[in-house]
Formats: sequence, structure tokens, C-alpha cells
Amino acid sequence: MADNREPAVRLRDVVKRYGPITAVDGLTLDVPAGSCLGLLGPNGAGKSTTMRMLTAQTHADSGEIYVLGYRIPAESKHARALMGVVPQQDNVDIELTARQNLSVFAHLYRVPAPRRQESVDRALRMAQLVDRADTKAEKLSGGMRRRLLIARGLVHDPRLVLLDEPTVGLDPQVRQELWALIDALRSEGVTVLMSTHYIEEAERLADDVAIMSHGRIVAHGTPRALLDAYAGKEAIEYYGPPDRLVEVESIAAAAGLPTRRTGPAVSVLRVEEMADSVSDRLGPGARRPSNLEDVFVVLTGETVE
Amino acid sequence: MSAVTATKSASSERRVQLRWFEPQCLGAVWVRELALFKRYWASTTFSSVVEPTIYLLAFGFGFGSLVAVIQGYPYIEFLGTGLVATAVLFTSAFSGMFTTFIRRVYQHTYAAVLATPVDVHEVVTAEATWHATKAAVYGCAPLVVSMAFGLDPSWGMLLVPFIGFLTGLGFALFGIWTSAVVPSIDSFNYIISAVITPLFLVAGTFFPIEDLPTWAQVAAQFNPLYHCVELVRDAVFGLEPLRDLYHVGALALFAAGMWWLAVRWMRKRLID
Repeated sequence: MADNREPAVRLRDVVKRYGPITAVDGLTLDVPAGSCLGLLGPNGAGKSTTMRMLTAQTHADSGEIYVLGYRIPAESKHARALMGVVPQQDNVDIELTARQNLSVFAHLYRVPAPRRQESVDRALRMAQLVDRADTKAEKLSGGMRRRLLIARGLVHDPRLVLLDEPTVGLDPQVRQELWALIDALRSEGVTVLMSTHYIEEAERLADDVAIMSHGRIVAHGTPRALLDAYAGKEAIEYYGPPDRLVEVESIAAAAGLPTRRTGPAVSVLRVEEMADSVSDRLGPGARRPSNLEDVFVVLTGETVE
Repeated sequence: MSAVTATKSASSERRVQLRWFEPQCLGAVWVRELALFKRYWASTTFSSVVEPTIYLLAFGFGFGSLVAVIQGYPYIEFLGTGLVATAVLFTSAFSGMFTTFIRRVYQHTYAAVLATPVDVHEVVTAEATWHATKAAVYGCAPLVVSMAFGLDPSWGMLLVPFIGFLTGLGFALFGIWTSAVVPSIDSFNYIISAVITPLFLVAGTFFPIEDLPTWAQVAAQFNPLYHCVELVRDAVFGLEPLRDLYHVGALALFAAGMWWLAVRWMRKRLID
């Protein structure tokens, strides 16, 4: 258990600049061993840069990074041997078959020769590609390729898995399949750090959610705690013409309740604390449980999918 | 129980020392290359045999009817041994240039590899040695074809694959380096016209360097391909230890310099 006291990933005041752009701006974050952390943020928030820094493919300008106790980038080779990476960009080798792709990575990850075959077979089962093992990757469907991409990062039984937008661009059914796969990993005690801009993905899979905006963490906690802190339990959506929406916003603001725009509506949050008088002035609306998206929009001011 | 095992395996993992250069990464890259090679070996083999045949037919008979003997050898044998260097150059440099560029820019292969416990210098070395091995094998094709044209076999020919490997290593690394320098795949045209073509024409393959003006002879000393041509001819027709050591040294220096440049530039492109 001594191992579990040390976080699997530890970032302290990490800064990364590209010319005038500061992609990561003083990021501090711990991912406890054995947990699943969802790194939630809009495009350009610095999620991918953060992921790349953990494998030392991007070097921070300042700050400290430790992965599985190894200092990054100095000891990153050791850390990389123990972690699996599933990149956002599909870079499976299209000229190789599914099995060959996995076999090459079993070699790259130094899976010992006697265990290699078994590891590849296990990864094929995990990706549900046993029947397509000898199909060239370019002939696989998008969902199959993504499963292969994930299985490739798991072929060596990593203790930490980095998933960068694992389901971006996939249809809902494939997304569900991948969620089941990630959930299985978590139940095996593997630490998962997953970046996503799908709220639902974070809600379903993550023990903890860190919301990232403009290169820093603006909120961090369990989904429940984040809801309590920023959005309350319930929200009411009010529809109407623009001046009606403005009116709703001003009434809510006067009552000290947070609001957010939701497409053609305004959602008033934390309505369980709303006084009846305020409720009467606001009129009828659609009541719903508040969600992480509310937290996200309140914190970042940005809209998401 | 399971917690104890987990802690134990964790601490033993900590003791694993990954060295600066891990030979296993060569194996990993080679597994991949072999799987790909099984698909394209036929076309590569075809062109590597047909090309020297055409050169020998065209130059050997065409040009050879004007010059029967060069440096005491029948022209066709002079040319056949020289073409080894051309084959080595084309096999290694073009693989280094195009394959590396495509994998880095279009297929993002290296981004995937660098997320595993493999560093830039290892992947560069692994790919270069693979290209060099191919160059060593296919560099022998012109010799085999020349034997069909009447070149007598000799024991020294067994050294040719090693010469091909060393030369191919340097040119593969040259290709990898340029692949990291050029902004787009079309820019290779500049490298091919301005660097590769002069190198292969003024290497002593088609005509002896000794007949050129002194400045060109001096310049040839800086052409790695010239050293390869000289070494191959000496291996086939008879070694001259001291001079050949100089040629080997020049090729080794070339390979070492290109390794340094290739690693440096690939790192610049892949790690930010």
C-alpha cells in the first residue's frame, strides 16, 4: 500500500509556452494511484499539451512533473515503460495487421518474449478484434481502429493509462463500447488520466474531475463535490425571446443564483435554494438535475458539446 | 496478499535500469520493418536487379566499345563494381528520406513510438541500421549481375556487404536528417538534384576520378560514395590495406556525423 500514497501523476506549477502563447500556465494537479481522473476542458485549454508533457514528448519550461515516482523528463523512459498512451490522433500502423500492430508495441514496451504472444492475444480480446486479428489496420472500421489504438496502449499491462480524447469523433454506440473498456481498466486498479471535452464521458467514468481552462485547473473534485460547489442540485431552464432571457438573468443575479446560457434558453442553477417569491417572478420553466456541463460553463464561460 | 504482491512488483520495477541505448528497441523496430518488407520485397528485388543490368547493357556495351580497359580492368567490370555504390546509395538514402518523412508527417508513427520507452536516438539508429542492412543486401545485386557479364568471383567479394552496410548507414542517416530539415516532401527534389546526383556521378563509378582535374580529385575525397566505390573495387580486385583503412575511416566518420545530425534534427522535430 506504500505505493498508493504517492500519486501516480504529480504536476507542480507546470508552465509551457509556445512563442507568445502560454499553453499550460502554472498547472498543479495530482492523480491518486488507482483512480480515474477526467481532465475536462474546451479545445485549446492545454489538455493535449499536458498529456504530451507526461511522456516527455513536450518539455515544460518550468515546474515539476513526476509520473509513477519518476522525474520527467529526466527519468521519463522508466515512466514510459510503465504507462500506456492512447493518443488523440489515430496513429496505428495502417500497413500492418491488428496483430502485428500489437506485436510491435509488445516489443517496444519490452514485454518479455515468453509472455509476448499471450499479451498480444489478451489485447486482441480486449479490443474485440480476435476475428479481425489478421486484417490490415487500414481495412478496419473507425471504431475497430480506435479499439486497436487503445489495446495497443494496454498490451504491456501498464499501471497508468493516458487517454487523450479517447472517443472524439466516434458515433455514440462505439463510444459506449469504449467506455465499458475504460471502466474495466479502472476496476482492475489501473490509474487512468483521461482528457475529454465530452461532459458525459467525464461524468460516467471519472472518480475525480479537473476542469481546465486557459492552461490551468480552475476546479478539481468529485463530480458530486463540483456540482455542490458550483451548480447545486437542480436547475430550471427558461425559454423565450432574447429580452426575456436577459430579464431572467437579472432576476436570478439579484437573488444570488448562478445562471448560464443553454442554446436558446437560460438555466438558473441552484434552484433548490430559490425563494418562492423569486420563483413566482421567474414564471414557469423546465426543471432538471444540474450537471457537470453547468459547472463547466459557469467556471470557464465556454460552451461545450 | 494482493497488495503485498503489488508493492513488491512495484519496487522491483523501480530497480529496472533502462540504459541510454537499449538494443531491444532495434528488435522492436526490425519486427515492424520485416513485417512490411514481406509485402514489398518482390518489387525492391526486381528493380535492384534490373537497374544494374540496364546500366551494364547501356554503358557497358555502348560506352565500353569506346573504352575497352580502365585501370587495367575491362570496362564492364569497372562499371559493375562501381554500381554497387550506386545501389547502396539509392537503397539507403531514398528509404531514409521518404520513409522517414512519411512516417513522421503523415503516419505519426514516431509520435506513437516515442510514447513507449524508446528515445529519438534509438529509433533513428534502429531505422538507419535497417535501411543499411537492406543496402548491404541489395548492394550485392550489381556484383551478381556483373558475374553474369563475366566478372570472376573472388573471396574479397564477401566483404562487399559490410562495405555496403557502412556506406548505407551513413546515407540512411543522411536521408533521415534531410527528412527532418525539408519543409515538405517536394523539397526532396532539391536534395536529389543538388546533392545525390552529383555524388553518384562523381564517385568514380562511371569514369575514374584520377582523370579529373586536381580540384575535382580533392573534392572526391569528401564524397563518401567515392570511398565506397574504391573499397568495393579493392575488395573485388585486391585489397590495399593502408588505403582501404583510410576509406573505411572516411565512411565511418561520415556515418558518425550523419548520426549526430539526424538525431539532433529528428529530436527538434519530434520533441517540443
